[in-house]
Amino acid sequence: MENRTDKNSYTIIFAIVMVLVVGSVLAYAASSLKGKISENQRIEKQQNILYAFGINENDETSANFVAADKVAGEFSKYVTKQLVIQDGNVTEDDQAYLIDVKKEKSNSKSDESKRRLPLFVGEIDGKTMYVVPIYGKGLWDAIWGYVGMDENMVIQGAYFDHKGETPGLGANIKERYFMDDFIGEHLLDESGEFVGITVAKGNADPTNQRKTDNAVDALAGATITGDGVTAMIRSDLKLYAPYFKSLKNN
Amino acid sequence: MGLLSKKDSKLILDPLTDNNPITIQVLGICSALAITAQLKASIVMALSVMAVLAVGNVVISLMRNIIPSKIRIITQLVVVAALVIIVDQILKAFSYELSKTLSVFVGLIITNCIIMGRFEAFALANGPWKSFLDGIGNAAGYGLILVIVGFFRELLGSGTLLGFKVLGDPIEKTGLYALGYENNGFMLLSPMALIVLGIIIWIQRSRNKALIED
Repeated sequence: MENRTDKNSYTIIFAIVMVLVVGSVLAYAASSLKGKISENQRIEKQQNILYAFGINENDETSANFVAADKVAGEFSKYVTKQLVIQDGNVTEDDQAYLIDVKKEKSNSKSDESKRRLPLFVGEIDGKTMYVVPIYGKGLWDAIWGYVGMDENMVIQGAYFDHKGETPGLGANIKERYFMDDFIGEHLLDESGEFVGITVAKGNADPTNQRKTDNAVDALAGATITGDGVTAMIRSDLKLYAPYFKSLKNN
Repeated sequence: MGLLSKKDSKLILDPLTDNNPITIQVLGICSALAITAQLKASIVMALSVMAVLAVGNVVISLMRNIIPSKIRIITQLVVVAALVIIVDQILKAFSYELSKTLSVFVGLIITNCIIMGRFEAFALANGPWKSFLDGIGNAAGYGLILVIVGFFRELLGSGTLLGFKVLGDPIEKTGLYALGYENNGFMLLSPMALIVLGIIIWIQRSRNKALIED
């Protein structure tokens, strides 16, 4: 006699039941954990922004964020203003840090003026700092970061992260020795025009003594990820250049 | 081992040596090449695979009498995919830091052929307890090779182990680097993992002639 489980009808019923059971288990798991996950992502954004402001718990070599339970307090303490720039108009918005840079970027492909640009202003040791989020493409997937600057667009702090760059190569953009290289680098040239910062191979400055050459030392074996960092700094920070210009004129 | 019968302990110990899933069965090569540039990633991947393989083996083993043979592969795939998604979601909710370190690796577990291989070859024909031990054993055998490969690749490629600069500082020229030693950037690329793996297979087979096929 044919085995019960070999029948077509049994197979079809089994498949339907399996899909229903697994589907509802996954849906239940996803919806019950959703709140916690988005809360984690919100905290991470604040941690990233604080990191670019220079508020972190770094030890000698590794990058450490402000602890998750202290983030909310530190964030409201240091970030004094959250601005949104859209087509030259600056408005205040205390939810600006929740703006999805990826979405803004893809929505404004045809029309740059549609893009909402978040900008975080803070006061650190009496100095006004500006932090902006940037977003781009590495070798395998998305890369993004937060860059802290003073009013002359000289970098004061930088944080980079990635979705799936190669461990040991491109993934090292989130290592201290790469991120710290950006500190003190100028985004503008001597005449005050925006040029960005190039992640350059062979700029023969491994300890990064020259801060005004608009270049930092690249990571070996991570050329495309490095080029991605160059490109995202150039394209995204450029959009803020008019704002910093207007700061000076006032 | 007093806790396990002789047969049961064989289930755990065999895959570590003479029936290793990577070096003998040549399964799970893809992830062994992709993620072993750093020791930490290797360890994390080994532990994740162990969790998924042990639980998955038990689930498949419990279901073994009701799974229709025509769609058994799909069923196995659904089980492992569901497990991986749940693990991923739980990590994101309760251990966000860890989930970021794991990032793509969790998703990669689904494509690990050792998992499908053990479901198909073992769990479908054996009880839950035996399947559980088999899952632990095979994942440990897989993890062992991953850690060995990861150890050499990180040490020779970056001069670090788990991120610690064990050979000195290449930029400040201290430690070994003061003597003119250079990191071998090749070690960070996947092809070198294959070569390290080849050397492990060579050593293993030259020590145990019984493993050499005609």
